[in-house]
Amino acid sequence: MSGVDSVSNVSVPLMGFAGQVLSALGDAVIAVDTRNDRRALARIDPARTVEVAKKMFEMDGSRFATATGIDVRDGIDILYHWVFDKVGAVITLKALAAAPEMKIDSIANVVPAANWIEREIHDLLGANFVNHPDMRRLILDDSWPEGVYPLRKDFDQIKDRPPLPPQPPDTGEALP
Amino acid sequence: MALKNWALRKSLWVYHVNTGACNNCDIEVVELLTPRYDIERFGMILVGSPRHADVLAVTGSCTRQSQPRLQEIYRQTAKPCVVLAIGSCAGAQGIFAESYHMGAGVDNAIRAIDPNAIILYVPGCPPKPEAMISAAVKAMELLKEVKI
Amino acid sequence: MSHKTMINIGPFHPLQEEAEFFQLYIDGERVVDVDVRISYNHRGIEKLDESKTFDQVPFVVERVCGICSASHPLAYCQAVEEIAGVKVPERALYLRTIVNELERIHSHMLWVGLAGHFIGYNTVFMWAWKYREPVMDALEIATGSRVNYANCKIGGVRRDMTEDQLKAIDKLVDETRRDTEQLVKMVLDDPVLHARLKGVGILSTEAAKAYGACGPTARGSGVDIDVRRDDPYAAYDRIDWQVHVDDGCDVFAKTKVRLLEVLESIKIIKQAIRDIPKGEIDAKVENIPPGEGVGHVEAPRGETFHYVRSDGSNYPVRHKVRAPSYNNIPTFKASCIGAEIADVAITLASVDPCYSCTERMCTAIDSDSGKEMFNFAQLVKLSQQKTERIRKQV
Repeated sequence: MSGVDSVSNVSVPLMGFAGQVLSALGDAVIAVDTRNDRRALARIDPARTVEVAKKMFEMDGSRFATATGIDVRDGIDILYHWVFDKVGAVITLKALAAAPEMKIDSIANVVPAANWIEREIHDLLGANFVNHPDMRRLILDDSWPEGVYPLRKDFDQIKDRPPLPPQPPDTGEALP
Repeated sequence: MALKNWALRKSLWVYHVNTGACNNCDIEVVELLTPRYDIERFGMILVGSPRHADVLAVTGSCTRQSQPRLQEIYRQTAKPCVVLAIGSCAGAQGIFAESYHMGAGVDNAIRAIDPNAIILYVPGCPPKPEAMISAAVKAMELLKEVKI
Repeated sequence: MSHKTMINIGPFHPLQEEAEFFQLYIDGERVVDVDVRISYNHRGIEKLDESKTFDQVPFVVERVCGICSASHPLAYCQAVEEIAGVKVPERALYLRTIVNELERIHSHMLWVGLAGHFIGYNTVFMWAWKYREPVMDALEIATGSRVNYANCKIGGVRRDMTEDQLKAIDKLVDETRRDTEQLVKMVLDDPVLHARLKGVGILSTEAAKAYGACGPTARGSGVDIDVRRDDPYAAYDRIDWQVHVDDGCDVFAKTKVRLLEVLESIKIIKQAIRDIPKGEIDAKVENIPPGEGVGHVEAPRGETFHYVRSDGSNYPVRHKVRAPSYNNIPTFKASCIGAEIADVAITLASVDPCYSCTERMCTAIDSDSGKEMFNFAQLVKLSQQKTERIRKQV
């Protein structure tokens, strides 16, 4: 089971600071679960990630902490974690990169802090970030095969481990 | 004991290699240089190139990416040399043994290119600096016996 | 025609504890671009955690990084405590605070020593690491180990401290304070260090914000953030302390922030020892219900951020670990570009990169002949030579 998406429906009242932030995003927000003033999770329309990211980035006191990718039944869920330091709030916005293409717009052009984490999520989960300024391998080694995504649920970390590359031949150079 | 062995024993040069570690072992290795443990009183110093080293102090669990580089460094190290596999990670990949990004392990990687490599295991997570000093002293004893 | 070359730094260097490989593009004496590639240290911890039970995970994540060894388990435990709605007992909150602040002192002193070496002040290196030793002893008294404390658990802490142990820690911290105040004064008053570090490695406030920088890297660029004050955890909202910010934006500002934080940590520890209440150290947690939680703490390098998702079983469905250096290292793009080669070593070091947290590897890209002009040891030497030149002028 890929875990619980604890997001309920949009008629949950928008409370406190988190409520204000989510209201500002308008109808890009499609479902909301506010916990308390300082913690909230909300699902956003995956076609509008760039617009939402820009609004969040420009809000006073916001900071992009990181993003989490999760392999869920319908694709790869991307969770963007935004921190508002002055009030100590963490607001997590979720957007689904739907199977089978797992495509979602990159926010790295708007939020430089998202550059590396999108590369990492691509490496480990295979989500495709459209228009990423620099989509190169970041975290897996040079010999790791393309198309093998270790953080996916169907990858067993022992059984599905790709074989190590063959030993490079000893050139037989005289050692000092 | 031949003059060469005696001279070798008196001043061991150590090259430190991190093959994918959490840093704890590495900090304790660098601590050996500092006044409290002061490994220089044994004539041991850290050097900047494996070509000058008698001892390879290896930490880390040997990830896939690090493995070829570790092997290259071992090839470049002057022989005879002693490999100190410091910590549980260098010994047997520690708690990371099941991870998908692991290579063959420090000892397997080195023995793949030199089946007669001399490897001293220093267990611990991390080993205490005192344990590392004890290993270093044992390395000196071993090198005493090795023909040059 | 400008001559662009690439410089490889890494992957192995004696005083850089971790393997990383920076590639700098050089044009004459200036850096025009930086690339960092990480992979040497990737140990697949997030995947590993999915096969561990909730209470086994702290032992894994404290080995993400040896220097932030207390902050990762704490952030994780806080995330899970959020899911399970656990109220951690007061005494445990104070014990967590003491261990985390001791770690901050040891980490910053370690950095001061390394930075001293990079600019050719080997005396600073030796003194900083020597004055760090009482703190390592205090940690051993507090938790049984100099590093890798195995101290935090979901719901509280694993080990209590007796009156005698608290008194011994207090005494060691006093010893550290005397030595540190001396070292801080020496470093902040030294005209050669002013000349060497001011105006070097500038990271503007806007760039710090754009890259999501945190910790002393951000506070040294005028960004006033600190998780301990902004989203209080452990006992920080019950103790009187302050955040240090400096808007110099250069290496000197970051150095100053770290040194002042050491003195602040000493204050926090002494208050915690004085005010710690008696009581339980651990709330009983039967199981973790389905849900999601985040936990963030102010590690020595900045904000450590963990996210955990649970489905009611014994194993986390997903555990995201984001160490502070993950956001801080990319700031090299802003602070290294335009810098002189001789300043690269100290600029790279000023972010206090914790490579094992971030698994960094930098690749060098040669735009010309592909020849390596300088390796890292030579870059450090250039840095030390520049200090000598400045010393002669001052």
